Amino acid sequence: MRIESLLEHVQSRYADAVVGVAPEVRGDAAVVVKRAALRTFLAAVKSDPELDLNILMDLTALDYLHWEEKEDRFEVVYNLFSLSKNHRLFVKVRVPESDPAVDSAVPVWPAADWYEREVWDMFGIRFTGHPGLKRILMYEGFQGHPLRKDYPYNKRQPIIGPVN
Amino acid sequence: MGKVAEGQVSVEKFSFMTTTLNDAIGWARKYSIFQYPFVTACCGMEYMSTACSHYDVDRFGAGFPRFSPRQSDVLFVVGTISHKMAPVLKTIYEQMCEPKWVVAFGVCTCTGGFYDNYATVMGIDTIIPVDVYIPGCPPRPENVLDGLMKLQDKIQRQKQAF
Ligand code: SF4
Repeated sequence: MRIESLLEHVQSRYADAVVGVAPEVRGDAAVVVKRAALRTFLAAVKSDPELDLNILMDLTALDYLHWEEKEDRFEVVYNLFSLSKNHRLFVKVRVPESDPAVDSAVPVWPAADWYEREVWDMFGIRFTGHPGLKRILMYEGFQGHPLRKDYPYNKRQPIIGPVN
Repeated sequence: MGKVAEGQVSVEKFSFMTTTLNDAIGWARKYSIFQYPFVTACCGMEYMSTACSHYDVDRFGAGFPRFSPRQSDVLFVVGTISHKMAPVLKTIYEQMCEPKWVVAFGVCTCTGGFYDNYATVMGIDTIIPVDVYIPGCPPRPENVLDGLMKLQDKIQRQKQAF
């Protein structure tokens, strides 16, 4: 589907979930959706025969700590791709600092499991309904979430294990 | 020097012999380095090129990597050590038998290098003792051989425990 018709389709069909259209990401469509409607939106675009977004290519997050124009501090980004239609849709959801949590996408795409653990580990955003949300890259006992912009880049933590 | 069994004579009694023996053992040890390559990152490439025939560490008697710490004399720490890897490195070091030496290969192992961040150990000497530091990112093979010769010097000159 071409980007204009794709955006039009998403906006008209899922009007109650979509907040607005985000700037194109290198020629691919991007939409912002409501946090409360995220899980149903993701499940719907996956099974929608016209969109057929059957692959979750990536799931990541951003920290807009020093961006005054941003109302919410975090943004979680889903990169969805359709193998049959060869089109891509970026789904963004804004997450406030006071309650950093979104619904887990694992029931929709099992591939979201490790991505969500990584986002939890690095940004401290919780995914409600995730089957086992624990750190994936950093060790147990690590304090804080290192990719948050307010984590001091040169902060040292005690080394774990038999070293101490 | 351990206790001497009844009927035996301590080696220390032969002071003229101890010094010669010391040299002989140092000579033997420095030319039969069994190394344990603890390779974690990009420096490994340079380690390999040093170890292979072009630069040929076997000329220095160090051509025999052992992949068991219990059989090796020198621990070559090659590449970035992360906080998650630090306990493993420490365990490997402790598994080695005396006498043992440690070579820090590359700036990552010497000081942490340019990784001033949440994941990297700022120099392996914060967790284990180091005998020779070979800086460079990665060090050139000549540099590595230089470090190896310095280590041999050190082994030769130290008071051997036997
Ligand atoms: S010193 Fe440089 S080449 Fe060696 S492991 Fe570190 S980054 Fe890689």
